[in-house]
Amino acid sequence: MRSIHLLALLPVLAVLVGPFFVNRVTPYVLGMPFLLAWLAGALVLTSIVMAIIYYADRARFEAADRGQEGV
Amino acid sequence: MNSALIFIFLTIVLALFLGIRARRGKDMSLEQWAVGGRGFGAAIVFLLMAGEIYTTFVFLGGSGYAYGHGAGAYYLLGYGSLPFILSYFLLPPIWRYAKERNLISQPDFFASKYNSPVLGVLVAIVGFAALVPYLVLQLKGLGIIVSVSSYSALSSNQGVLIGAVVVAVYVALSGVHGSAWTSVVKDALVMFVAVFLGLYLPYHYYGGVGDMFAAIEKAKPGFLALKNVGESPVWMVSTVILSTLGFYMWPHMFMATYTAKREEVLRRNAFVLPIYQLMLLFILFVGFSAVLAVPGLTGGDIDLALFKVSLATFDPWFVGVIGAAGILTALVPGSMILMTSATLLANNVYRPLRPQSSDAHVARVAKWLAPAVMALAVLFTLGGGQTIVALLLMAYALVTQLFPVLLASLIGKNLVTRPAAFASIIVGEATVAWVSLTKKSVAALFPFLPDALKDLNVGIVALAFNVATLVVVTLLTRRTAAAAQLSADAS
Repeated sequence: MRSIHLLALLPVLAVLVGPFFVNRVTPYVLGMPFLLAWLAGALVLTSIVMAIIYYADRARFEAADRGQEGV
Repeated sequence: MNSALIFIFLTIVLALFLGIRARRGKDMSLEQWAVGGRGFGAAIVFLLMAGEIYTTFVFLGGSGYAYGHGAGAYYLLGYGSLPFILSYFLLPPIWRYAKERNLISQPDFFASKYNSPVLGVLVAIVGFAALVPYLVLQLKGLGIIVSVSSYSALSSNQGVLIGAVVVAVYVALSGVHGSAWTSVVKDALVMFVAVFLGLYLPYHYYGGVGDMFAAIEKAKPGFLALKNVGESPVWMVSTVILSTLGFYMWPHMFMATYTAKREEVLRRNAFVLPIYQLMLLFILFVGFSAVLAVPGLTGGDIDLALFKVSLATFDPWFVGVIGAAGILTALVPGSMILMTSATLLANNVYRPLRPQSSDAHVARVAKWLAPAVMALAVLFTLGGGQTIVALLLMAYALVTQLFPVLLASLIGKNLVTRPAAFASIIVGEATVAWVSLTKKSVAALFPFLPDALKDLNVGIVALAFNVATLVVVTLLTRRTAAAAQLSADAS
Protein backbone atom coordinates (compact mmCIF):
# COMPACT_ATOMS: atom_id res chain seq x y z
CA MET A 1 0.00 0.00 0.00
CA ARG A 2 1.59 3.27 -1.07
CA SER A 3 0.55 6.63 0.32
CA ILE A 4 -0.85 7.66 -3.09
CA HIS A 5 -3.39 4.84 -2.67
CA LEU A 6 -4.94 6.71 0.25
CA LEU A 7 -6.41 9.10 -2.31
CA ALA A 8 -8.91 6.33 -3.08
CA LEU A 9 -10.52 7.04 0.28
CA LEU A 10 -11.90 10.34 -1.04
CA PRO A 11 -14.64 8.90 -3.29
CA VAL A 12 -15.33 6.15 -0.74
CA LEU A 13 -16.05 8.76 1.92
CA ALA A 14 -18.05 10.83 -0.55
CA VAL A 15 -20.37 7.89 -1.28
CA LEU A 16 -20.54 6.25 2.16
CA VAL A 17 -20.48 9.27 4.49
CA GLY A 18 -21.68 12.08 2.24
CA PRO A 19 -25.35 10.98 1.98
CA PHE A 20 -25.84 11.55 5.73
CA PHE A 21 -24.92 15.21 5.31
CA VAL A 22 -26.13 16.11 1.81
CA ASN A 23 -29.49 14.32 1.67
CA ARG A 24 -31.37 17.29 0.24
CA VAL A 25 -33.07 18.42 -2.95
CA THR A 26 -31.83 22.02 -3.04
CA PRO A 27 -29.76 23.71 -4.24
CA TYR A 28 -30.14 22.16 -7.68
CA VAL A 29 -26.81 21.48 -9.40
CA LEU A 30 -26.93 21.33 -13.22
CA GLY A 31 -30.66 20.93 -12.77
CA MET A 32 -30.30 17.85 -10.58
CA PRO A 33 -31.39 17.42 -6.95
CA PHE A 34 -28.38 18.03 -4.69
CA LEU A 35 -27.91 14.43 -3.50
CA LEU A 36 -28.09 13.08 -7.07
CA ALA A 37 -25.56 15.65 -8.27
CA TRP A 38 -23.33 14.78 -5.29
CA LEU A 39 -23.30 11.09 -6.19
CA ALA A 40 -22.74 11.81 -9.88
CA GLY A 41 -19.86 14.04 -8.81
CA ALA A 42 -18.47 11.17 -6.72
CA LEU A 43 -18.51 9.02 -9.88
CA VAL A 44 -16.42 11.59 -11.74
CA LEU A 45 -14.15 11.99 -8.69
CA THR A 46 -13.62 8.20 -8.65
CA SER A 47 -12.41 8.28 -12.23
CA ILE A 48 -10.05 11.19 -11.59
CA VAL A 49 -8.63 9.71 -8.39
CA MET A 50 -8.14 6.25 -9.89
CA ALA A 51 -6.49 7.75 -12.97
CA ILE A 52 -4.01 9.61 -10.74
CA ILE A 53 -3.27 6.41 -8.82
CA TYR A 54 -2.94 4.42 -12.05
CA TYR A 55 -0.40 6.78 -13.58
CA ALA A 56 1.52 7.05 -10.30
CA ASP A 57 1.72 3.26 -10.08
CA ARG A 58 2.37 2.73 -13.73
CA ALA A 59 6.07 3.51 -13.73
CA ARG A 60 6.49 0.94 -11.00
CA PHE A 61 4.58 -1.77 -12.83
CA GLU A 62 5.80 -1.15 -16.34
CA ALA A 63 8.91 -3.23 -15.95
CA ALA A 64 6.88 -6.13 -14.58
CA ASP A 65 4.34 -5.91 -17.41
CA ARG A 66 7.09 -5.98 -20.03
CA GLY A 67 8.37 -9.13 -18.40
CA GLN A 68 4.95 -10.79 -18.61
CA GLU A 69 4.43 -10.03 -22.27
CA GLY A 70 7.47 -12.09 -23.13
CA VAL A 71 5.95 -15.18 -21.56
CA MET B 1 -45.48 -7.21 -39.35
CA ASN B 2 -44.95 -3.78 -37.78
CA SER B 3 -41.71 -1.83 -38.07
CA ALA B 4 -40.75 -2.38 -34.41
CA LEU B 5 -40.81 -6.11 -34.97
CA ILE B 6 -38.39 -5.81 -37.90
CA PHE B 7 -35.76 -4.13 -35.70
CA ILE B 8 -36.23 -6.73 -33.00
CA PHE B 9 -35.71 -9.59 -35.44
CA LEU B 10 -32.69 -7.94 -37.06
CA THR B 11 -31.10 -7.56 -33.63
CA ILE B 12 -31.66 -11.17 -32.74
CA VAL B 13 -30.24 -12.36 -36.07
CA LEU B 14 -27.24 -10.04 -35.69
CA ALA B 15 -26.57 -11.29 -32.15
CA LEU B 16 -26.70 -14.89 -33.34
CA PHE B 17 -24.46 -14.14 -36.33
CA LEU B 18 -21.81 -12.30 -34.27
CA GLY B 19 -21.95 -14.93 -31.56
CA ILE B 20 -21.36 -17.83 -33.93
CA ARG B 21 -18.83 -16.03 -36.12
CA ALA B 22 -16.73 -15.30 -33.01
CA ARG B 23 -15.55 -18.90 -32.83
CA ARG B 24 -13.74 -18.72 -36.17
CA GLY B 25 -10.18 -19.97 -36.04
CA LYS B 26 -10.30 -21.06 -32.40
CA ASP B 27 -10.10 -24.62 -31.18
CA MET B 28 -12.62 -24.56 -28.37
CA SER B 29 -10.73 -26.00 -25.43
CA LEU B 30 -12.30 -25.22 -22.06
CA GLU B 31 -9.77 -22.40 -21.60
CA GLN B 32 -10.70 -20.82 -24.94
CA TRP B 33 -14.40 -21.35 -24.36
CA ALA B 34 -14.59 -20.04 -20.80
CA VAL B 35 -11.86 -17.41 -20.50
CA GLY B 36 -10.98 -16.64 -24.12
CA GLY B 37 -7.52 -18.19 -23.79
CA ARG B 38 -6.68 -15.22 -21.49
CA GLY B 39 -6.08 -13.14 -24.60
CA PHE B 40 -8.56 -10.28 -24.37
CA GLY B 41 -7.33 -6.70 -24.58
CA ALA B 42 -8.51 -3.65 -22.70
CA ALA B 43 -11.55 -2.85 -24.82
CA ILE B 44 -13.13 -6.29 -24.66
CA VAL B 45 -12.51 -6.89 -20.95
CA PHE B 46 -13.95 -3.44 -20.39
CA LEU B 47 -17.13 -4.32 -22.28
CA LEU B 48 -17.51 -7.69 -20.54
CA MET B 49 -17.31 -5.96 -17.16
CA ALA B 50 -19.49 -3.03 -18.17
CA GLY B 51 -21.96 -5.65 -19.37
CA GLU B 52 -22.54 -6.62 -15.78
CA ILE B 53 -23.86 -3.13 -15.00
CA TYR B 54 -26.05 -2.72 -18.08
CA THR B 55 -28.35 -5.68 -17.70
CA THR B 56 -32.13 -5.69 -18.02
CA PHE B 57 -32.15 -5.08 -14.29
CA VAL B 58 -30.83 -1.57 -14.86
CA PHE B 59 -32.53 -0.87 -18.19
CA LEU B 60 -35.98 -1.79 -16.87
CA GLY B 61 -35.37 -1.97 -13.12
CA GLY B 62 -33.22 1.16 -12.76
CA SER B 63 -35.61 3.42 -14.63
CA GLY B 64 -38.54 1.69 -12.93
CA TYR B 65 -37.00 2.17 -9.50
CA ALA B 66 -36.53 5.89 -10.11
CA TYR B 67 -40.15 6.06 -11.27
CA GLY B 68 -41.54 4.15 -8.30
CA HIS B 69 -39.14 4.94 -5.47
CA GLY B 70 -37.55 8.28 -6.36
CA ALA B 71 -34.33 8.99 -4.49
CA GLY B 72 -33.89 5.31 -3.50
CA ALA B 73 -32.69 4.74 -7.08
CA TYR B 74 -29.69 7.02 -6.55
CA TYR B 75 -27.95 4.08 -4.91
CA LEU B 76 -27.18 2.84 -8.43
CA LEU B 77 -24.63 5.64 -8.79
CA GLY B 78 -22.79 4.56 -5.64
CA TYR B 79 -22.87 1.02 -7.00
CA GLY B 80 -21.41 2.39 -10.22
CA SER B 81 -18.32 3.82 -8.56
CA LEU B 82 -17.07 1.92 -5.51
CA PRO B 83 -16.66 -1.59 -7.01
CA PHE B 84 -14.05 -0.22 -9.38
CA ILE B 85 -11.94 1.23 -6.57
CA LEU B 86 -11.99 -2.20 -4.97
CA SER B 87 -11.15 -3.79 -8.33
CA TYR B 88 -7.92 -1.82 -8.64
CA PHE B 89 -6.49 -3.52 -5.57
CA LEU B 90 -8.35 -6.83 -5.72
CA LEU B 91 -8.24 -8.01 -9.33
CA PRO B 92 -4.54 -7.91 -10.26
CA PRO B 93 -3.50 -10.42 -7.55
CA ILE B 94 -6.46 -12.64 -8.49
CA TRP B 95 -5.53 -12.50 -12.17
CA ARG B 96 -1.84 -13.22 -11.48
CA TYR B 97 -2.60 -16.21 -9.26
CA ALA B 98 -5.10 -17.63 -11.77
CA LYS B 99 -2.72 -17.25 -14.69
CA GLU B 100 0.17 -18.95 -12.90
CA ARG B 101 -2.01 -21.97 -12.22
CA ASN B 102 -4.17 -21.93 -15.36
CA LEU B 103 -7.38 -21.58 -13.35
CA ILE B 104 -10.63 -21.46 -15.31
CA SER B 105 -13.31 -20.62 -12.78
CA GLN B 106 -13.99 -18.98 -9.43
CA PRO B 107 -14.26 -22.25 -7.46
CA ASP B 108 -10.83 -23.21 -8.88
CA PHE B 109 -9.45 -20.16 -7.12
CA PHE B 110 -10.90 -21.03 -3.71
CA ALA B 111 -9.98 -24.70 -4.10
CA SER B 112 -6.40 -23.82 -4.98
CA LYS B 113 -5.91 -21.14 -2.32
CA TYR B 114 -7.24 -23.36 0.44
CA ASN B 115 -5.88 -26.55 -1.11
CA SER B 116 -9.32 -28.16 -0.91
CA PRO B 117 -11.28 -29.43 -3.94
CA VAL B 118 -14.31 -29.82 -1.66
CA LEU B 119 -14.27 -26.09 -0.92
CA GLY B 120 -14.32 -25.66 -4.71
CA VAL B 121 -17.49 -27.77 -4.91
CA LEU B 122 -19.13 -25.68 -2.16
CA VAL B 123 -18.25 -22.43 -3.92
CA ALA B 124 -19.49 -23.85 -7.25
CA ILE B 125 -22.84 -24.73 -5.70
CA VAL B 126 -23.19 -21.28 -4.11
CA GLY B 127 -22.34 -19.70 -7.46
CA PHE B 128 -24.81 -21.86 -9.36
CA ALA B 129 -27.56 -21.16 -6.81
CA ALA B 130 -27.01 -17.42 -7.31
CA LEU B 131 -26.69 -17.54 -11.10
CA VAL B 132 -29.91 -19.37 -11.94
CA PRO B 133 -32.25 -16.72 -10.48
CA TYR B 134 -30.11 -14.09 -12.20
CA LEU B 135 -30.58 -15.84 -15.53
CA VAL B 136 -34.32 -16.16 -14.89
CA LEU B 137 -34.45 -12.41 -14.28
CA GLN B 138 -32.76 -11.69 -17.63
CA LEU B 139 -35.23 -13.96 -19.42
CA LYS B 140 -38.18 -12.39 -17.69
CA GLY B 141 -36.94 -8.94 -18.69
CA LEU B 142 -36.42 -10.18 -22.23
CA GLY B 143 -40.00 -11.40 -22.38
CA ILE B 144 -41.34 -8.03 -21.19
CA ILE B 145 -39.23 -6.12 -23.70
CA VAL B 146 -40.14 -8.30 -26.68
CA SER B 147 -43.84 -8.24 -25.95
CA VAL B 148 -44.11 -4.51 -25.18
CA SER B 149 -41.85 -3.26 -27.96
CA SER B 150 -43.49 -5.50 -30.56
CA TYR B 151 -46.85 -3.92 -29.60
CA SER B 152 -47.93 -7.36 -28.35
CA ALA B 153 -47.37 -8.99 -31.77
CA LEU B 154 -45.23 -11.48 -29.84
CA SER B 155 -46.19 -12.73 -26.42
CA SER B 156 -43.85 -12.52 -23.49
CA ASN B 157 -43.43 -16.31 -23.49
CA GLN B 158 -42.51 -16.34 -27.18
CA GLY B 159 -39.90 -13.68 -26.45
CA VAL B 160 -38.44 -15.79 -23.65
CA LEU B 161 -38.23 -18.88 -25.87
CA ILE B 162 -36.63 -17.10 -28.85
CA GLY B 163 -34.08 -15.37 -26.61
CA ALA B 164 -33.27 -18.57 -24.74
CA VAL B 165 -32.60 -20.52 -27.94
CA VAL B 166 -30.39 -17.78 -29.41
CA VAL B 167 -28.29 -17.51 -26.24
CA ALA B 168 -28.02 -21.27 -25.74
CA VAL B 169 -26.88 -21.80 -29.34
CA TYR B 170 -24.13 -19.23 -29.40
CA VAL B 171 -22.90 -19.97 -25.91
CA ALA B 172 -22.58 -23.67 -26.71
CA LEU B 173 -20.69 -22.87 -29.93
CA SER B 174 -18.54 -19.87 -29.07
CA GLY B 175 -18.42 -19.46 -25.29
CA VAL B 176 -17.02 -16.16 -24.08
CA HIS B 177 -15.91 -15.15 -27.60
CA GLY B 178 -19.58 -14.90 -28.55
CA SER B 179 -20.42 -12.79 -25.50
CA ALA B 180 -17.52 -10.47 -26.25
CA TRP B 181 -18.60 -9.79 -29.82
CA THR B 182 -22.23 -9.23 -28.96
CA SER B 183 -21.10 -6.87 -26.17
CA VAL B 184 -19.60 -4.52 -28.72
CA VAL B 185 -22.92 -4.00 -30.51
CA LYS B 186 -24.86 -3.93 -27.27
CA ASP B 187 -22.89 -1.22 -25.54
CA ALA B 188 -22.86 1.07 -28.56
CA LEU B 189 -26.62 0.77 -28.95
CA VAL B 190 -27.47 0.99 -25.24
CA MET B 191 -25.23 4.02 -24.82
CA PHE B 192 -26.97 5.80 -27.67
CA VAL B 193 -30.48 4.89 -26.52
CA ALA B 194 -29.86 5.76 -22.84
CA VAL B 195 -28.29 9.16 -23.51
CA PHE B 196 -30.83 10.06 -26.16
CA LEU B 197 -33.86 9.11 -24.06
CA GLY B 198 -32.37 10.63 -20.91
CA LEU B 199 -32.02 14.01 -22.58
CA TYR B 200 -34.91 13.99 -25.04
CA LEU B 201 -37.71 12.88 -22.71
CA PRO B 202 -37.10 15.54 -20.01
CA TYR B 203 -36.83 18.15 -22.77
CA HIS B 204 -39.95 16.92 -24.57
CA TYR B 205 -42.21 16.75 -21.52
CA TYR B 206 -40.81 19.43 -19.22
CA GLY B 207 -38.50 21.69 -21.23
CA GLY B 208 -35.27 20.35 -19.71
CA VAL B 209 -33.72 18.25 -16.94
CA GLY B 210 -33.81 21.09 -14.38
CA ASP B 211 -37.43 21.90 -15.17
CA MET B 212 -38.32 18.23 -14.87
CA PHE B 213 -36.90 17.89 -11.36
CA ALA B 214 -38.49 21.18 -10.29
CA ALA B 215 -41.87 19.95 -11.58
CA ILE B 216 -41.53 16.62 -9.75
CA GLU B 217 -40.50 18.34 -6.51
CA LYS B 218 -43.57 20.55 -6.80
CA ALA B 219 -45.95 17.67 -7.50
CA LYS B 220 -44.43 15.16 -5.05
CA PRO B 221 -42.42 16.97 -2.33
CA GLY B 222 -39.76 14.76 -0.74
CA PHE B 223 -39.66 12.29 -3.66
CA LEU B 224 -36.20 13.44 -4.73
CA ALA B 225 -34.43 13.03 -1.36
CA LEU B 226 -33.97 9.96 0.82
CA LYS B 227 -36.56 9.36 3.51
CA ASN B 228 -35.93 9.25 7.25
CA VAL B 229 -37.36 5.76 7.57
CA GLY B 230 -37.18 2.90 5.05
CA GLU B 231 -35.08 4.01 2.11
CA SER B 232 -32.95 6.17 4.37
CA PRO B 233 -29.26 7.11 4.07
CA VAL B 234 -28.47 4.08 6.30
CA TRP B 235 -30.31 1.84 3.85
CA MET B 236 -28.55 3.37 0.86
CA VAL B 237 -25.05 3.24 2.29
CA SER B 238 -25.38 -0.34 3.54
CA THR B 239 -26.83 -1.43 0.18
CA VAL B 240 -23.95 0.22 -1.68
CA ILE B 241 -21.44 -1.54 0.60
CA LEU B 242 -23.05 -4.93 -0.02
CA SER B 243 -23.24 -4.40 -3.76
CA THR B 244 -19.62 -3.27 -3.86
CA LEU B 245 -18.35 -6.34 -2.02
CA GLY B 246 -20.57 -8.61 -4.11
CA PHE B 247 -19.80 -7.11 -7.52
CA TYR B 248 -16.70 -9.17 -8.30
CA MET B 249 -17.91 -12.16 -6.30
CA TRP B 250 -20.32 -13.05 -9.09
CA PRO B 251 -18.76 -16.13 -10.70
CA HIS B 252 -19.08 -14.63 -14.19
CA MET B 253 -17.38 -11.38 -13.14
CA PHE B 254 -14.60 -13.35 -11.56
CA MET B 255 -14.14 -15.26 -14.81
CA ALA B 256 -14.27 -12.05 -16.85
CA THR B 257 -11.16 -11.05 -14.88
CA TYR B 258 -9.35 -14.14 -16.17
CA THR B 259 -9.97 -13.14 -19.80
CA ALA B 260 -7.55 -10.20 -19.51
CA LYS B 261 -4.30 -10.46 -21.43
CA ARG B 262 -2.33 -8.36 -18.95
CA GLU B 263 -3.10 -7.15 -15.44
CA GLU B 264 -2.63 -3.57 -16.56
CA VAL B 265 -5.92 -3.98 -18.46
CA LEU B 266 -7.70 -4.51 -15.14
CA ARG B 267 -6.02 -1.50 -13.51
CA ARG B 268 -6.90 0.82 -16.33
CA ASN B 269 -10.52 -0.27 -16.21
CA ALA B 270 -10.66 1.01 -12.63
CA PHE B 271 -10.62 4.58 -13.87
CA VAL B 272 -12.38 4.19 -17.21
CA LEU B 273 -15.39 2.22 -15.97
CA PRO B 274 -16.62 4.74 -13.36
CA ILE B 275 -16.97 7.52 -15.92
CA TYR B 276 -18.77 5.04 -18.18
CA GLN B 277 -21.30 4.51 -15.38
CA LEU B 278 -22.50 8.09 -15.84
CA MET B 279 -24.82 6.45 -18.35
CA LEU B 280 -26.82 5.34 -15.30
CA LEU B 281 -27.66 8.98 -14.74
CA PHE B 282 -29.51 9.10 -18.06
CA ILE B 283 -31.37 5.89 -17.24
CA LEU B 284 -32.54 7.57 -14.02
CA PHE B 285 -33.61 10.66 -16.02
CA VAL B 286 -35.80 8.40 -18.17
CA GLY B 287 -37.48 6.97 -15.08
CA PHE B 288 -38.05 10.42 -13.58
CA SER B 289 -39.42 11.78 -16.86
CA ALA B 290 -42.10 9.09 -16.72
CA VAL B 291 -43.23 10.10 -13.22
CA LEU B 292 -45.58 12.83 -14.43
CA ALA B 293 -45.80 11.77 -18.11
CA VAL B 294 -47.25 8.28 -17.56
CA PRO B 295 -48.46 8.27 -13.95
CA GLY B 296 -50.25 5.41 -12.27
CA LEU B 297 -47.92 2.41 -12.66
CA THR B 298 -47.64 0.56 -9.37
CA GLY B 299 -46.22 -2.67 -7.98
CA GLY B 300 -44.33 -4.79 -10.50
CA ASP B 301 -45.56 -2.57 -13.35
CA ILE B 302 -43.05 0.15 -12.45
CA ASP B 303 -40.53 -1.88 -14.48
CA LEU B 304 -42.54 -0.90 -17.57
CA ALA B 305 -41.94 2.83 -17.01
CA LEU B 306 -39.26 3.15 -19.70
CA PHE B 307 -41.35 1.42 -22.34
CA LYS B 308 -44.63 3.07 -21.39
CA VAL B 309 -43.13 6.52 -21.73
CA SER B 310 -41.42 5.51 -24.99
CA LEU B 311 -44.65 4.12 -26.46
CA ALA B 312 -46.39 7.36 -25.59
CA THR B 313 -43.69 9.46 -27.23
CA PHE B 314 -42.16 7.78 -30.28
CA ASP B 315 -43.03 6.19 -33.62
CA PRO B 316 -43.07 2.39 -33.75
CA TRP B 317 -39.74 2.10 -35.61
CA PHE B 318 -37.93 3.96 -32.83
CA VAL B 319 -39.65 1.86 -30.18
CA GLY B 320 -38.14 -1.05 -32.13
CA VAL B 321 -34.66 0.45 -31.75
CA ILE B 322 -35.19 0.83 -27.99
CA GLY B 323 -36.49 -2.72 -27.86
CA ALA B 324 -33.41 -3.93 -29.72
CA ALA B 325 -31.15 -2.25 -27.14
CA GLY B 326 -33.21 -3.80 -24.36
CA ILE B 327 -32.97 -7.26 -25.89
CA LEU B 328 -29.19 -6.99 -26.05
CA THR B 329 -29.05 -5.99 -22.37
CA ALA B 330 -30.62 -9.37 -21.68
CA LEU B 331 -28.74 -11.50 -24.22
CA VAL B 332 -25.17 -10.50 -23.35
CA PRO B 333 -25.29 -10.87 -19.55
CA GLY B 334 -27.51 -13.93 -20.09
CA SER B 335 -24.82 -15.56 -22.20
CA MET B 336 -22.09 -14.79 -19.64
CA ILE B 337 -24.22 -16.21 -16.84
CA LEU B 338 -25.11 -19.32 -18.83
CA MET B 339 -21.52 -20.05 -19.83
CA THR B 340 -20.34 -19.56 -16.27
CA SER B 341 -23.02 -21.84 -14.80
CA ALA B 342 -22.09 -24.61 -17.24
CA THR B 343 -18.39 -24.18 -16.47
CA LEU B 344 -19.01 -24.33 -12.71
CA LEU B 345 -20.96 -27.56 -13.01
CA ALA B 346 -18.60 -29.27 -15.46
CA ASN B 347 -15.27 -28.10 -14.08
CA ASN B 348 -15.97 -27.92 -10.37
CA VAL B 349 -18.69 -30.44 -9.65
CA TYR B 350 -18.41 -33.04 -12.44
CA ARG B 351 -14.60 -33.15 -12.68
CA PRO B 352 -13.97 -33.75 -8.93
CA LEU B 353 -16.53 -36.57 -9.07
CA ARG B 354 -14.77 -38.20 -12.03
CA PRO B 355 -11.13 -37.17 -11.61
CA GLN B 356 -9.96 -39.38 -14.48
CA SER B 357 -11.88 -37.30 -17.07
CA SER B 358 -9.75 -35.67 -19.75
CA ASP B 359 -9.82 -31.91 -20.33
CA ALA B 360 -11.49 -32.42 -23.69
CA HIS B 361 -14.21 -34.49 -22.04
CA VAL B 362 -14.90 -31.82 -19.40
CA ALA B 363 -15.06 -29.17 -22.15
CA ARG B 364 -17.67 -31.26 -24.01
CA VAL B 365 -19.69 -31.71 -20.82
CA ALA B 366 -19.67 -27.95 -20.25
CA LYS B 367 -20.96 -27.30 -23.78
CA TRP B 368 -23.78 -29.79 -23.37
CA LEU B 369 -24.68 -28.46 -19.95
CA ALA B 370 -25.20 -24.94 -21.32
CA PRO B 371 -28.47 -25.76 -23.15
CA ALA B 372 -29.59 -27.89 -20.20
CA VAL B 373 -29.13 -25.03 -17.74
CA MET B 374 -30.95 -22.72 -20.15
CA ALA B 375 -33.86 -25.16 -20.32
CA LEU B 376 -34.04 -25.15 -16.52
CA ALA B 377 -34.05 -21.34 -16.44
CA VAL B 378 -36.82 -21.24 -19.08
CA LEU B 379 -38.90 -23.61 -16.97
CA PHE B 380 -38.51 -21.36 -13.94
CA THR B 381 -39.28 -18.28 -16.02
CA LEU B 382 -42.44 -19.68 -17.61
CA GLY B 383 -43.47 -21.24 -14.31
CA GLY B 384 -44.23 -17.72 -13.11
CA GLY B 385 -42.72 -16.51 -9.89
CA GLN B 386 -43.64 -13.05 -8.67
CA THR B 387 -40.68 -13.02 -6.36
CA ILE B 388 -37.94 -12.50 -8.97
CA VAL B 389 -36.65 -9.33 -7.37
CA ALA B 390 -36.58 -11.02 -3.99
CA LEU B 391 -34.63 -13.86 -5.62
CA LEU B 392 -32.14 -11.44 -7.15
CA LEU B 393 -31.52 -9.71 -3.85
CA MET B 394 -31.03 -13.12 -2.27
CA ALA B 395 -28.63 -14.09 -5.07
CA TYR B 396 -26.63 -10.93 -4.46
CA ALA B 397 -26.44 -11.60 -0.76
CA LEU B 398 -25.39 -15.22 -1.53
CA VAL B 399 -22.34 -14.27 -3.59
CA THR B 400 -21.31 -11.50 -1.19
CA GLN B 401 -20.76 -14.12 1.50
CA LEU B 402 -17.73 -15.37 -0.43
CA PHE B 403 -15.93 -12.07 0.04
CA PRO B 404 -14.34 -12.50 3.52
CA VAL B 405 -12.82 -15.90 2.68
CA LEU B 406 -11.50 -14.57 -0.63
CA LEU B 407 -10.02 -11.45 0.94
CA ALA B 408 -8.30 -13.49 3.67
CA SER B 409 -6.68 -15.65 0.98
CA LEU B 410 -5.17 -12.60 -0.69
CA ILE B 411 -3.64 -10.98 2.39
CA GLY B 412 -0.02 -11.93 3.01
CA LYS B 413 0.26 -15.26 4.76
CA ASN B 414 -3.31 -16.49 4.97
CA LEU B 415 -4.21 -16.99 8.62
CA VAL B 416 -7.66 -18.44 7.94
CA THR B 417 -7.88 -22.21 8.30
CA ARG B 418 -9.75 -24.54 5.96
CA PRO B 419 -12.49 -25.43 8.50
CA ALA B 420 -13.00 -21.71 9.16
CA ALA B 421 -13.41 -21.05 5.43
CA PHE B 422 -16.11 -23.74 5.20
CA ALA B 423 -17.85 -22.60 8.38
CA SER B 424 -17.93 -18.93 7.44
CA ILE B 425 -19.36 -19.54 3.96
CA ILE B 426 -21.96 -21.97 5.31
CA VAL B 427 -23.02 -19.67 8.18
CA GLY B 428 -23.21 -16.69 5.83
CA GLU B 429 -25.27 -18.55 3.21
CA ALA B 430 -27.56 -20.10 5.81
CA THR B 431 -28.26 -16.67 7.29
CA VAL B 432 -29.06 -15.26 3.85
CA ALA B 433 -31.38 -18.15 3.04
CA TRP B 434 -33.14 -17.92 6.38
CA VAL B 435 -33.57 -14.15 6.24
CA SER B 436 -34.74 -14.25 2.60
CA LEU B 437 -37.20 -17.05 3.10
CA THR B 438 -38.71 -15.59 6.27
CA LYS B 439 -38.55 -12.06 4.76
CA LYS B 440 -37.30 -10.62 8.02
CA SER B 441 -36.00 -7.07 8.15
CA VAL B 442 -33.24 -5.91 10.47
CA ALA B 443 -35.87 -4.10 12.53
CA ALA B 444 -37.77 -7.38 13.06
CA LEU B 445 -34.63 -9.38 13.84
CA PHE B 446 -33.10 -6.93 16.28
CA PRO B 447 -35.87 -4.79 17.81
CA PHE B 448 -33.43 -3.51 20.44
CA LEU B 449 -31.25 -1.70 17.87
CA PRO B 450 -31.36 2.09 17.76
CA ASP B 451 -33.83 3.30 15.13
CA ALA B 452 -31.04 4.69 12.97
CA LEU B 453 -29.68 1.19 12.29
CA LYS B 454 -33.01 -0.49 11.57
CA ASP B 455 -32.81 0.32 7.87
CA LEU B 456 -29.56 -1.63 7.41
CA ASN B 457 -29.65 -3.99 4.45
CA VAL B 458 -30.14 -7.49 5.91
CA GLY B 459 -27.20 -8.80 3.87
CA ILE B 460 -24.95 -6.85 6.24
CA VAL B 461 -26.21 -8.97 9.15
CA ALA B 462 -25.31 -12.18 7.33
CA LEU B 463 -21.91 -10.72 6.52
CA ALA B 464 -21.33 -9.87 10.18
CA PHE B 465 -22.19 -13.45 11.25
CA ASN B 466 -19.95 -14.71 8.47
CA VAL B 467 -16.92 -12.70 9.59
CA ALA B 468 -17.49 -13.54 13.25
CA THR B 469 -17.54 -17.25 12.35
CA LEU B 470 -14.39 -16.86 10.29
CA VAL B 471 -12.51 -15.31 13.22
CA VAL B 472 -13.81 -17.66 15.93
CA VAL B 473 -13.30 -20.91 14.00
CA THR B 474 -9.86 -19.81 12.85
CA LEU B 475 -8.83 -19.13 16.46
CA LEU B 476 -10.27 -22.50 17.54
CA THR B 477 -8.65 -24.54 14.77
CA ARG B 478 -5.34 -22.78 14.29
CA ARG B 479 -3.54 -24.56 17.06
CA THR B 480 -4.66 -27.99 15.80
CA ALA B 481 -3.71 -27.05 12.26
CA ALA B 482 -0.30 -25.79 13.38
CA ALA B 483 0.32 -28.98 15.38
CA ALA B 484 -0.66 -31.14 12.39
CA GLN B 485 1.68 -29.12 10.21
CA LEU B 486 4.52 -29.57 12.70
CA SER B 487 4.12 -33.33 12.91
CA ALA B 488 3.83 -33.49 9.10
CA ASP B 489 7.06 -31.53 8.77
CA ALA B 490 8.77 -33.76 11.32
CA SER B 491 7.86 -37.02 9.61
